[in-house]
Amino acid sequence: MGQIEWAMWANEQALAAGLILLTGGIVGVAGQFKDWQFAAYGIAAGVFICLLEYPRGKMKNKDTSIERMGQRYLTVCVKAFGPLTRNYFVRAGLHAVLSVPGGFMLPTVLGCVCVAIASLIYLLAAIRGEQWEPIMPRVESKQRSGESMKEPPRTHPAPRAPEETARGCCVRQPRSHLCQLCL
Amino acid sequence: MGNWVVNEGLSILVILVWLGINIFLFVYYYIVYLDERFYYTRVLVGDALSWARAPAACLNFNCMLILLPVCRNLLSFLRGSCQCCSRNITRQLDRNITFHKLVAYMIAFHTAIHIIAHLFNFERFMDAQLEQNETIAYVLSQIGNGDNRPYLNPIRTNETNPTFVAFTTIAGLSGVASTLALILIITSSMEVIRRSYFEVFWFTHHLFVIFFIGLVIHGVGEIVRGQTASSVLTNKPSNCAAQYKDWGKVPDCPIPQFTGNPPMTWKWVIGPMVLYVFERLVRFWRSKQKVVITKVVTHPSKTLELQMKKKGFKMEVGQYVNLQCPSVSQLEWHPFTLTSAPEEDHFSVHIRIVGDWTQQLFEACGGEKKEFQEAWKLPKMAVDGPFGTASEDVFRYEVVMLVGAGIGVTPFASVLKSVWYRYFNNDTGLIPKKIYFYWLCRETNAFEWFADLLQSLETQMLEKGNADFLSYRIYLTGWDEAQAAHFTVHHEEENDPITGLKQKTLYGRPNWENEFKTIAGNHPGARIGVFLCGPEVLAKSLSKQSINHSDADPRGVHFIFNKENF
Repeated sequence: MGQIEWAMWANEQALAAGLILLTGGIVGVAGQFKDWQFAAYGIAAGVFICLLEYPRGKMKNKDTSIERMGQRYLTVCVKAFGPLTRNYFVRAGLHAVLSVPGGFMLPTVLGCVCVAIASLIYLLAAIRGEQWEPIMPRVESKQRSGESMKEPPRTHPAPRAPEETARGCCVRQPRSHLCQLCL
Repeated sequence: MGNWVVNEGLSILVILVWLGINIFLFVYYYIVYLDERFYYTRVLVGDALSWARAPAACLNFNCMLILLPVCRNLLSFLRGSCQCCSRNITRQLDRNITFHKLVAYMIAFHTAIHIIAHLFNFERFMDAQLEQNETIAYVLSQIGNGDNRPYLNPIRTNETNPTFVAFTTIAGLSGVASTLALILIITSSMEVIRRSYFEVFWFTHHLFVIFFIGLVIHGVGEIVRGQTASSVLTNKPSNCAAQYKDWGKVPDCPIPQFTGNPPMTWKWVIGPMVLYVFERLVRFWRSKQKVVITKVVTHPSKTLELQMKKKGFKMEVGQYVNLQCPSVSQLEWHPFTLTSAPEEDHFSVHIRIVGDWTQQLFEACGGEKKEFQEAWKLPKMAVDGPFGTASEDVFRYEVVMLVGAGIGVTPFASVLKSVWYRYFNNDTGLIPKKIYFYWLCRETNAFEWFADLLQSLETQMLEKGNADFLSYRIYLTGWDEAQAAHFTVHHEEENDPITGLKQKTLYGRPNWENEFKTIAGNHPGARIGVFLCGPEVLAKSLSKQSINHSDADPRGVHFIFNKENF
């Protein structure tokens, strides 16, 4: 199983676990259960975990990583914590600790177990040397035209067929399409 | 100009019927638990009882359905015997994985409602057991304590807590186990994980065994309690509830008798479970048949071609097989489209080397070594299938549009080869009168292995004087300056500078609006099959174009869109 990045699965699991912990917490508080304080903790911990796990890290194997919708803003926040968020041992430990108070009350027990499982998968990822890397927006390389009008442009427009063959049968396509020679 | 019903109608109907059954079951079972028999249960837990039982019924229904779309062999069998049926029905069978996913989402949804309702149930049962004063809840909870009567409140003592009870009852423990299995299955089935790390998805998905075991034993404890039918006659809740302090002391109101609901889930899921076991047995038996690799070809851009032979192997165009290589992995099966035609004496697959399993397979088949490999050194393979997919239907339309993006061209390799053989054999049974083939590709490397096939086809068509039968376009979607420059210089030559074909390579993406319009204009009144093997974005675009360019008039032109899915 050489090329698997366990952190990707740990991330999905942790995000789901955060949501489950949050839901359990809401039930515990809204239903005014006994020990509702643990449910309140569940809400806080659930929200925190969701925010931490929402930005997906960059995949090593692939050239294009798939971002979650609108994750750019959270990526910046998570990136700001440097090694604390980059290192998966820290994340594994953090999740292990966060899961514990959920075990004291039934509504949050499922969230507790799910966060613990996410912690284990992160531990596996950390042992295999994986790291969280932010997906940064790609910088578009600007194509500059030459300094003066007399210099030929460095980029050339898409080549077109000569005028004689083009007349009568050619359909000019918009954008980057080449003029199609009709059969 | 759209005729959306032609393309999507039957699928929508299936979904609506399925949703309708879900809603019906939910409402029906909600009302069942509002019955008098459960009056005293509801005294303890309120509406949470109905809110837990209604999704439970829906869960029974959906868990019955979920195994059926993944019985590949059964579906292929149905598809094969459906050749005489309308094309519409066979197209529904193509969407099996989509349906499987929908049912899975519904299971997750109902599981959530079920669990939340039971959280309230447990809390309220606990509250009832903790009652100090002599309320009706207290009296009801005490029934069964030392008086040899069947109990109502499943929490029997006040020295416990809901969490402890959840983990020490059969229902609680099996529920937790099943839910955890479900959560792990779902998180590992996310698109990102499935596409990049197939092994994680495939192995974790087998937790469904735990899910189903938990599901079947979930009701064994008979924890959902209500009055027996005979007890309702003697202790009518509408009369006797108020007199709870005098139950047993007054002749009108004896102490109520309770009993639990027997487990029902097994009745729903036993059929599909047996079918699925049978399906796995069929797959296992088929895989044990001897398969020999007759030829290995390494193509540029990390593509490996394997030509194999297996006794009694029969295929149709565009089908796929599952391959296993025991020397690489005992448990992993991976799907690959067949790239050979049924008319050939062997069958072949083209495998792109992208992950662990494919890389190890490549090395087992000789890898980078240039020298000749002895046949006995090649690894043993196991093949399950072939399984039918959309491309089988290609020969049932008079006009077809085939669109392959990148590696998605593979099923059409099979189609085109079959076309070539039939032409060679002067097969007059060939139904398509015209084939439009589009290949979209990012880089030029990927052309080489397919160029040979197109070249032979081109020559064949010219010799037969029927150059119009097959019209194909190749689009380079990721061209850069260097290629454009090269093309400009060689523009006037007869053959394309990249592929060597007479048909020139085009750059950029096709203008589908124009293509559909032209084809509709060329073939008025025809039924045109549109087949795609490629990304979702393109599927949406083509689907829309098919709908938009289909005539509302049944005698007009119709584009019917089929998508291959992996």
